[in-house]
Amino acid sequence: MCCSKTNNRIKTSKYNILTFLPVNLFEQFQRVANAYFLFLLILQLIPEISSLSWFTTIVPLMVVFTITAVKDVTDDCFRHKSDNQVNNRQAEVLIDALRDDRIYLTSLFFSQADLLLLSSSEPHGLCYIETAELDGETNLKVRQALPVTSELGADIRRLAEFDGGVVCEPPNNKLDKFTGVLFWKDNRYSLNNEQMLLRGCVLRNTGWCFGMVIFAGPDTKLMQNSGRTKFKRTSIDRLMNALVLWIFGFLVCMGIILAIGNSIWEQQVGAHFRIYLYWSEVVNSSVFSGFLTFWSYIIILNSVVPISLYVSVEVIRLGHSYFINWDRKMYYPKKDIPAEVRTTTLNEELGQVEYIFSDKTGTITQNIMTFNKCSINGKTYGKSKTVPVDFSFNPLADRKFQFYDHSLIESIKLGDSMVHEFFRLLSLCHTVMSEEKNAGELIYQVQSPDEGALVTAARNFGFIFKSRTPETITVEEMGKLVTYQLLAILDFNNIRKRMSVIVQTPDGQIKLYCKGADTVLFERLHPSNEELMYLTSDHLEEFAGEGLRTLALAYKSLTEEHFKEWFKILQEENTSLDNRNEHLAAAYEEIEKDMMLLGATAVEDKLQEGVTETIASLSLANIKIWVLTGDKQETAMNIGYSCHMLTDTMNEIFIVTGHTVMENQHSDREYFVLQAHALEADLENEFVEVACMCQTVICCRVTPCQKAQVVELVKKHRKAVTLAIGDGANDISMIKSAHIGIGISGEEGMQAVLASDYSFAQFRYLKRLLFVHGRWSYFRMCKFLCYFFYKNFSFTLVHFWFGFFCGFSAQTVYDQWFITLFNIVYASLPVLAMGLFDQDVNDQNSMDYAKLYEPGQLNLLFNKHTFFICIAHGVYTSFALFFIPYGAFYNTAGEDGKHIADYQSFAVTVATSLVIVVSVQIALDTSYWTAINRFFVLGSIAVYFAILFAMHSDGIFVIFPNHFPFVGNARNSLSQISVWLVILLTTVVSVMPVITFRFLKEDLNPTITDQLQKSRRKQKPLQNYIPRVYRRNSRRSAYAFSHQEGFGELITSGKNM
Amino acid sequence: MKNKNSQGAQECPSRCPDNSAFKQQKLPAWKPKLAAPTVLSSFFTIGLFCLLMGICLILYINYSDICLNCSKLRENSSNWDKECNCTVHFTLQENMLGNVFMYYRLQNFYQNHRRYVLSRSDAQLLGQDVNVSIQNSSCEPFTTYPNGTPVAPCGAIANSMFNDSIQLFYYLNSSTAIEVPLLKSGNSWWSDKNVKFRNPTSYNLSSAFAGTTRPPYWQKPAYLLDEEDERNNGYINDDFIIWMRVSAFPTFRNLYRRLSHTNQFADGLPAGNYTFHITYNFPVTKFKGQKQVVLSTITWSGGSNLFLGIAYTVSGAVIVLAGFIITAIHLKLRKKKTYFQR
Repeated sequence: MCCSKTNNRIKTSKYNILTFLPVNLFEQFQRVANAYFLFLLILQLIPEISSLSWFTTIVPLMVVFTITAVKDVTDDCFRHKSDNQVNNRQAEVLIDALRDDRIYLTSLFFSQADLLLLSSSEPHGLCYIETAELDGETNLKVRQALPVTSELGADIRRLAEFDGGVVCEPPNNKLDKFTGVLFWKDNRYSLNNEQMLLRGCVLRNTGWCFGMVIFAGPDTKLMQNSGRTKFKRTSIDRLMNALVLWIFGFLVCMGIILAIGNSIWEQQVGAHFRIYLYWSEVVNSSVFSGFLTFWSYIIILNSVVPISLYVSVEVIRLGHSYFINWDRKMYYPKKDIPAEVRTTTLNEELGQVEYIFSDKTGTITQNIMTFNKCSINGKTYGKSKTVPVDFSFNPLADRKFQFYDHSLIESIKLGDSMVHEFFRLLSLCHTVMSEEKNAGELIYQVQSPDEGALVTAARNFGFIFKSRTPETITVEEMGKLVTYQLLAILDFNNIRKRMSVIVQTPDGQIKLYCKGADTVLFERLHPSNEELMYLTSDHLEEFAGEGLRTLALAYKSLTEEHFKEWFKILQEENTSLDNRNEHLAAAYEEIEKDMMLLGATAVEDKLQEGVTETIASLSLANIKIWVLTGDKQETAMNIGYSCHMLTDTMNEIFIVTGHTVMENQHSDREYFVLQAHALEADLENEFVEVACMCQTVICCRVTPCQKAQVVELVKKHRKAVTLAIGDGANDISMIKSAHIGIGISGEEGMQAVLASDYSFAQFRYLKRLLFVHGRWSYFRMCKFLCYFFYKNFSFTLVHFWFGFFCGFSAQTVYDQWFITLFNIVYASLPVLAMGLFDQDVNDQNSMDYAKLYEPGQLNLLFNKHTFFICIAHGVYTSFALFFIPYGAFYNTAGEDGKHIADYQSFAVTVATSLVIVVSVQIALDTSYWTAINRFFVLGSIAVYFAILFAMHSDGIFVIFPNHFPFVGNARNSLSQISVWLVILLTTVVSVMPVITFRFLKEDLNPTITDQLQKSRRKQKPLQNYIPRVYRRNSRRSAYAFSHQEGFGELITSGKNM
Repeated sequence: MKNKNSQGAQECPSRCPDNSAFKQQKLPAWKPKLAAPTVLSSFFTIGLFCLLMGICLILYINYSDICLNCSKLRENSSNWDKECNCTVHFTLQENMLGNVFMYYRLQNFYQNHRRYVLSRSDAQLLGQDVNVSIQNSSCEPFTTYPNGTPVAPCGAIANSMFNDSIQLFYYLNSSTAIEVPLLKSGNSWWSDKNVKFRNPTSYNLSSAFAGTTRPPYWQKPAYLLDEEDERNNGYINDDFIIWMRVSAFPTFRNLYRRLSHTNQFADGLPAGNYTFHITYNFPVTKFKGQKQVVLSTITWSGGSNLFLGIAYTVSGAVIVLAGFIITAIHLKLRKKKTYFQR
């Protein structure tokens, strides 16, 4: 039995109040870095090794743990909130108390589990669903309950008593297949996909329905399709981990060098010095002393592997995330939806994106079709004018419909017969159902939005489709009710690419009305239409150039005899057993010829706002955009044209169907349309090779899983950062497998948003997210890391140099308190402020100059090369920091003749120099000085001196004489001129080379940013960079129709009336 | 950074982010650029400043080599109680004017070794209870004698205190020499003398040190370090305090005496013949170290060696040179206009 009783709740949160502390601590210690510091802490407890007091490690470790824990708590609170939001979504669970597997859904509500349809409000247990969330297809689908269960109707008592059992396949991810058997009242009923309402589908045109839960929660087909949630890491993360390992290796090397040095020293020098400095009880050989020294130096030098690195990176990312959340330019006021960061750890990768995988329906398009233009009898209508046509003369007009060409309405009023015929066709040739709830309130139930647009257009222009029965269609033509006899519907399918109706007018005329693809229709026209055909075909090209979806319309008058003869053949074919479909098609072919062309319609699949511009600028930044859709090839390509991803200058539409290896590969191919099968065979390499050569790739008819496969392929074969953007449940898998997943929020479904890392309401915000926030994040993170490594090396390597002068005894240069506080107090906030606020160019420039995005893609700002430069800089600084005071203090005295070269004064001098040097360096690195930066940089120096004087004060010494032995030192040292001279010289020597190199680099090898700033300084106005998209006429069909076979039959059978 | 929640709520619907400069990343900011004039002028200013450093007069006398017999005697520790005196003659060619300081200088003495640096008890030196304070210290093995008597002051630093005594004589003429008056107190930092070091309290100093004993290498206990001056005895003896302030490097000099500006020494040391009378107690040859006595004046920047002066001069020169090169490159490139290209 598969009616599993799993909880339907989605749980993504990790902790609750009780489990937080143990689980979080456990998790934190699992991180290698933290475990490493715990190990250090243990080492420090061994007195022979301990070169630093225990607090130098424990204080930073506690700070790091606390910050991480606080961050984890806030993250988890957020997850709890969103979990609740999803789990509390509406779907009335009826009879919950009895058995929790009967669910009542009303129209427009989301199905929350995979249901077996039991009964519905419609006759014959029919139920209409939209599956855009699931597979991206925009047309309606029909589901029908088993006759036995549909009898149950809305009788709650009987439904509650329903005790059928279902045996079915185990949970799987196939969206279009289901097999099972229902056992009820000693009978077996076989079940298939026709009875299933899958999680994620939306009820349309159906009042209510009852269903029985088959799969719930993670077993649903939707969840099975959504792929595993993977922990996402950025490439900087991975690089950082590798670098930390390298640094660790470097640390061990330094330890070994110093340990060997110690052994030699103890043998050569220490042996003679032993009268003053005895061996301790434990250590009494130079080799053992060297061994212990190794560990002592590991402790001292551990700050090259920075403990605060990870937590600082997290804090910066969190800050960047808040900036995204707070951005008003990514807030969508119409729906009151701000942008939202759901994974806070990926921000800098937004600045490195090379491939964007986008869903089509709902992401690029609004899934709204509008009747935009038409060509009637060789004349086009719909040239844009500012004033919309006033349809107030027509009480049944749809308010939302807008048309801007007044000449069309004139033609109708003048009674142009061709125009009338045109709209008559639109009002007759379709499979729309109507419903007139109140007088004057006409509601159309459409199975495809294209058709809805056409019928609505006819309605507004005065040819109002009122109602239909299996045999008749009633239309109000210019205020006059006319009832047509519906003789036949020649249904649409993907091969025929057209549909026709044959109707008999009240005065006995029989007419065939046909609409379909221009390519198909033009072959079947009467020869006398040739001239009109060329004219219309010119218009179609024009429409195609604008990315509109076109249909050609034609009609034909039939004599009664001809029709009856044909109808007889049709009925024979209809009853034939084998190859019924082919026979039917042949019969349809027979009558759909010698038609008279009426014109063509152009329907706009409305793009989301600003999509074209966004795609154009993303392409300028060398980002490749792939559209992955479950929809048909024609519709997908049309969108490609309408958002200028495809242009007529591109050549070689390459369509892969079937399993064959592509045969004719042309090198000048520029775009590529892929059908799903290509993914299956072992064509991976060829596919990626070819696809990556193309400027644009459109994959159609792909299932959710295949979307993820495409993303995985690119991830595997190109080492590039991928971004997936989508709005529906069918995009979840791709959102999860891409490096960065983005959900379009604000639509009904939340699944994509829940699986995503970022969400916002409009596709166009993607540009700002990448060009402004992504770029800044990357820029800031790289600067931050460079500085961070530099800082730690400058700070730590001083001990290494000192080792050569103190008998390799692991004596630290600085005071223990300084070591404890340097990384967490003195040098943390300025670099954090830089990492949070720095801007090299402002947001407007980032948006305007797509070229600025390139350094991120090429990974120029932080890579192994730059890392080594930072390290070299750090080593150089530490060298200056140690050897200048060394040279100055070697054998010298202060200006009052007293001490200056003692260990403690030296420690204070070097520490002060270090604080000043790193502050000056951060000042040089910061390019955007907000008040906060100023406050932190100056504040850090001030705090350094404040703490220095406090720790060297008399009071604290008298209380803890053993912990604060530096009493009076700051006062005495810092009153010496020569100390300040040393500090000044150290700073100048450390910083001047950097200034020189930067200055020369800007002169000799300027970056894009430098060039931009230079040209702006010179007040050269730059023209807007986005090139105009030139439209060229094309010789291609813009036919697209998201329609499905089967509705014609449904209407003629009368089941749905 | 002000959070304008209430105001924001009126302007727009609930979830709209605040329009504050902080949240929109529009904080007013200063955007410095490395502009040519700033960089170049800073190069030249700093370079010129570096060229202004003074040089002081200084005189080194290495007496561990001169007093060879004493050095040899001290190499054998069994001779610890034998006195050894040594005289060193020298001639000052010119007057040493102003403040003159006398230092002892040790070479190759690793006062900065970690185990050495740790080997002290600041609590004990602050006059706190001996038995408690040495317990928490790392004075081993100079904490207690085998019989349990605590060492005062404990630790390797105190134990190895420099204990030569040096006197300076000036020859008025070839036969008569007078002792140059030298000050033995006031040589340490005020904070050390008054805060960091305190004698244990008792009615007199010797009773304060009762129950303790001198470090093994010392010839006399701490309360007899300076019998003439109560304010310079025990832990607060200047020589002791200065020794306890460990040096940063194995070669260092500690202030020993200052010239007292009286009589003919009012302006400093006049040129002439001098003699050091040294009571040689401190063995150095055993660890291949050397001892020197140093007479030095000081400049405005302290008794510096040449390093700072040279370093400033060199860096100044290099920076000025770099300034010229950069200027040349910059001027040359400015003619070649580089505009931002899409």
